[in-house]
Amino acid sequence: MLTRLMRNEGVWLFTRSPAAILAAIATLAIVAGAAFAPWIAPTNPYDLASFSLIDGLLPPAWEDGGSPRFLLGTDDQGRDMLSSILYGARLSLSIAAMAMAVALLLGVGLGLAAGYLGGRFDAIVMRIADVQLALPAILTALLIDGISRGILPREMHDDLRVTVITLAIALSLWVNFARTARASVFVERSKDYVSAAIMMGQHPLRIMLRHILPNIVGPLLVIATVDLASAILLEATLSFLGVGLPADSPSLGTLIRIGMQYLLSGEWWILWIPTVFLVVLVVAINLLGDFLRDLFNPGMR
Amino acid sequence: MLAVEGLSVQFTDRFGTNMAVEDVSLSVDRGEIHGLVGESGAGKSTIGAAIMGLLPAAGQVTAGRMTLGETDLRALTPVAAHRLRGKRISMIFQDPQTSLNPLMTVEAQLIETILAHEDIGVAAARARAVSLLEEIGIANAKDRIRAYPHQFSGGMRQRVVIALALCSNPELIIADEPTTALDVAVQAQVLDLIRRLASTRGVGFILITHDIGVIAQVSDRVTVLRGGKVMEQGQTLRVLGQPEHPYTKALMAAVPPLDRKLDRFHLPRIAGEALPQAETDTARVAEDWLMAGTGSGPGPSLDLSGITVRFRGERRGLFGPRDDFVALDDVSLSVRPGTVMGLVGESGSGKSTLAKVIAALVHPAEGEMRLDGAALPPMRARRRADPSRRLVQMVFQDPYSSLNSRHRVLDVLSEPLWLYGLEPDARRRARLARAMLALVGLDASAADRYPHQFSGGQRQRIAVARALLSRPGLLLCDEPTSALDVSIQAQILNLLKDLQARFGLTTLFISHNLAVVRQMSDDIAVLKEGRLIETGPSEAFFAGPDAAYSRDLLAQTPTVRFDMRAV
Repeated sequence: MLTRLMRNEGVWLFTRSPAAILAAIATLAIVAGAAFAPWIAPTNPYDLASFSLIDGLLPPAWEDGGSPRFLLGTDDQGRDMLSSILYGARLSLSIAAMAMAVALLLGVGLGLAAGYLGGRFDAIVMRIADVQLALPAILTALLIDGISRGILPREMHDDLRVTVITLAIALSLWVNFARTARASVFVERSKDYVSAAIMMGQHPLRIMLRHILPNIVGPLLVIATVDLASAILLEATLSFLGVGLPADSPSLGTLIRIGMQYLLSGEWWILWIPTVFLVVLVVAINLLGDFLRDLFNPGMR
Repeated sequence: MLAVEGLSVQFTDRFGTNMAVEDVSLSVDRGEIHGLVGESGAGKSTIGAAIMGLLPAAGQVTAGRMTLGETDLRALTPVAAHRLRGKRISMIFQDPQTSLNPLMTVEAQLIETILAHEDIGVAAARARAVSLLEEIGIANAKDRIRAYPHQFSGGMRQRVVIALALCSNPELIIADEPTTALDVAVQAQVLDLIRRLASTRGVGFILITHDIGVIAQVSDRVTVLRGGKVMEQGQTLRVLGQPEHPYTKALMAAVPPLDRKLDRFHLPRIAGEALPQAETDTARVAEDWLMAGTGSGPGPSLDLSGITVRFRGERRGLFGPRDDFVALDDVSLSVRPGTVMGLVGESGSGKSTLAKVIAALVHPAEGEMRLDGAALPPMRARRRADPSRRLVQMVFQDPYSSLNSRHRVLDVLSEPLWLYGLEPDARRRARLARAMLALVGLDASAADRYPHQFSGGQRQRIAVARALLSRPGLLLCDEPTSALDVSIQAQILNLLKDLQARFGLTTLFISHNLAVVRQMSDDIAVLKEGRLIETGPSEAFFAGPDAAYSRDLLAQTPTVRFDMRAV
């Protein structure tokens, strides 16, 4: 079994790339920590009864005055930082993943159709993509946020904040997928197996989904990994600026925004620990993306 | 001049090492052309790269001596080797399109090369460049030298590449498949040039090629290689005239002769190797199924009249008319039921376009097609459910791109059965697909593998099986063997001949290789720049073509002369 696994080129290259291995370990650890946060976090930061002001602003356990109960210290409310970060990562990662799913569906669908059908449809989709690229993600998010604020009642809008931010991220990321898919389809279209399918009279949808799509997943997977990191960053940025999630359900970005107030006050851990956590997560995912890109593009090895 | 003794090269990858070249000895004298011939994987190019000192990082010379004059090539320091390359040994590559820099004028590239090797002024270098171009036969060299590579035709571009190789007056030129990318007419000219340079300048050539015709035409001595080992070596006339080694004989027998039509290629077995043999019982299932569908009668007739195809060109200016390119100009021809029509022409003559028009992949601007008397709608009018979709099938040129690499062979083969509703039951589809694999000479277990696990010839067999599983009446073969080695080509041609005869398929067989077309076809049609030059019975055509162009085409095809042929 192991020897068969080693014959796979991807596995083989992976075992020879320390950066990829480290990145994979870091990503897995963070994703697992986020996914199992309710079970492994020491406290529940959303449960007001689980913390008290008496524990406020305690430094991490290894500093003078730290308490072993709070490994990474506490914030001003007495919330355990470790728990906040795990829950925050949970929220950040799930928003990023959902946004990616929407962006993938939208981008790959439109890109596939644009590349295969060409002509007017292609021109229209790609111009929309160009316009989308010209709008910064924050603007898109503000736009969606503003519109939903205007047309939805207040309580409903608060409930929908996660949806709004997910949509905003998805809308600013689908263009990448659409462009990559379209370019890859152009390459595949000129190959004879597609001609053979067209000649046989197969349905265009079948040709796109069953014949072309499996052949273009490589580049799409690379983009998806790299963009996952962008999605996490985007969410953090939006939350940091206050467009994203409210303070009572903190994501990583919100934690960093709150921590900003303590930047110069001596309670450094409130800002720095979530920031370092975010940086490690994004760098690890980017390294994985680089590895995949090299794998699918042997010319760059 | 060049002496190679006992050269061994090994490549190391993550699965271990393998010998690419084993114990090869050869020598090249001044003015001599030494041919290296063999099929893919024979190690021809590796030998060239080893002499040149340009082996890829994974390759390593493990044994042997290489000397050029007094210089020991293996003992050179990297700096000395770099100085020697280009100066004393030059190289000509296969594709002139990619071996010239498209952003530099020919003049700049020639002068750059001359100045890299010699300490002379720019003006002197320019004069040398012009005289080089004149020498290799570029008319009006003084003006043409200022042109960019794309402003030259393929053959002229290859001449420029040769001029580049000559810049430093090398003693030895290694030419790796120098004419493979060229049309026959141009190929003949380039080979003449190489021959001339060898005798006038005394340059030694190592000519690497897979084409025995090319070897027969220009080389003095030849080394036949297989799997990195020398099979046979000697004077070209002797080796090709009275081959001694069974592999050389097999190779010679596989080359389609231009001067006669064989019923089948006789492929002598090489000891220790069995050609794939159809499992007759399994294959019978597929054969019976095909017979039940097509009946015993011959396939449909195909009539084309006035087919014209225009490709949309660039607009000249914002409101100017489009510069349309006429790919096919009023082509009319008929393929008789159950016969093979050979379609020949140089690249760009519109052969493939014609096949694509019939297959509904290209829409003709004008013209009418009839399949067995009934109108065959052109691309935009042919519905997906049109019955002709099943009847007309195509075998593509490149078996590496015509099969979807993400689908298992079983899925590839079952698709037509499912699509045309020929076999509703999935298990019977699988059984039939396996039977068809046996019929085309592959093992039934091939069905569970992916296309990339097969060689080019095996892939082409799979492509033929896919076409047959539609129960076609008309088979379009677009250069089905031009991407394959000669011995594989002979096998595929045998297969196509057998199947065509057994099932009475009407076939349009496209090839740029006249000898191949002669083996396959009953009738022949010659295209040139989109126009039909002549058409008629194949044997009469080869006995004496009517059109002057056809005569040129025939005369320029390199051949292994009949008296040299061993069968």
